[in-house]
Amino acid sequence: MLHIVNKSAAERSSLESCLRMATKGSAVLLIEDAVYAATTGNAAAAKIQAAAADLKIYALGPDLAARGMAARVLDGVNVVDYGGFVDLVAEHSNCQSWL
Amino acid sequence: MSDMDDMDDGSGIIKKFMFLNRKAPHGTVYALEGLEVVLITAAFDQDVSLVFTDDGVFQLMKGIDSKGIEVKDFSKTYRALEGYDIEKLYVDQASMDARGLTEDDLIVDVTVLSVDEMANLMAEQDVVISF
Amino acid sequence: MQFGILVNEGPYTHQASDSAYLFARTAIEKGHKVPRVFFYHDGVYNASRLATPPQDDRNVGARWSKLAADHGVDLVVCVAAAQRRGITDGVLGDNFRISGLGQLVEMGIQYDRLVTFGD
Repeated sequence: MLHIVNKSAAERSSLESCLRMATKGSAVLLIEDAVYAATTGNAAAAKIQAAAADLKIYALGPDLAARGMAARVLDGVNVVDYGGFVDLVAEHSNCQSWL
Repeated sequence: MSDMDDMDDGSGIIKKFMFLNRKAPHGTVYALEGLEVVLITAAFDQDVSLVFTDDGVFQLMKGIDSKGIEVKDFSKTYRALEGYDIEKLYVDQASMDARGLTEDDLIVDVTVLSVDEMANLMAEQDVVISF
Repeated sequence: MQFGILVNEGPYTHQASDSAYLFARTAIEKGHKVPRVFFYHDGVYNASRLATPPQDDRNVGARWSKLAADHGVDLVVCVAAAQRRGITDGVLGDNFRISGLGQLVEMGIQYDRLVTFGD
């Protein structure tokens, strides 16, 4: 399953809710303001790094770049473009957007 | 144009639909308009699960009285879902605990699931729509 | 593969419609099909042809219209949500149409994936 999160972890609990419900081996894609959680020094970074042990974590590159965060991505986070986003949706049998 | 015209897509396909309600009522429109989707989906004879987690559990509170904010009280509609053959209602134990709620506080009968049970239920769906 | 897309927010205030558009365009470029995009909640505002954003900004509604014209995407606006918000046939942009929520459910039944973009 692919989980999509789009809000900053500093604003909403959606990242936390997602990580709570994501089963081992599933994928989490951070888009829009959620990408901040995947950057160094962010308060949510530890959560992402811990989650990366059981989940595949992705962040949308164009959203990172648009926020000046492209050079600050955490180790273990896979950066994808929109083509990669489409591939992730296609590769997983279902997806959930944590709005 | 009526939603009733659209009812049967003719494919005979039955998919597992999960409607995941994560937002409290009234502060935003998502709970109400989400419920409208659920009611329409019922007419398509799909395998529907209705799930309440996070602040979504507040949608099911007994004793809602929205007269003072001059907004329609749609919480009674949850009681009518059985008549639409929507009988799989689930709430998340942890979300209930985090809000000091028990099943007795809710307007309808629900099945309370652990996080793991909820996660597995979600993973096996064909379509998840979250409001 | 066939992707259905659900857009739950209007243009500009939220990034949702932009993200949905870029996803849809990329999916089509990669050889997938996006037969329908459904606009719900404040997403119905994407359909207004009355929007006139500044010249140096993207026109979110017109961009959807063009994608539909170029690739046959069915742009469906929920009738109940539209009526609440004053979106009528008279203000619809090119290639948008108003129909029932059943069109959303059909996307879930008939297509391989349904992807939601919202707030």
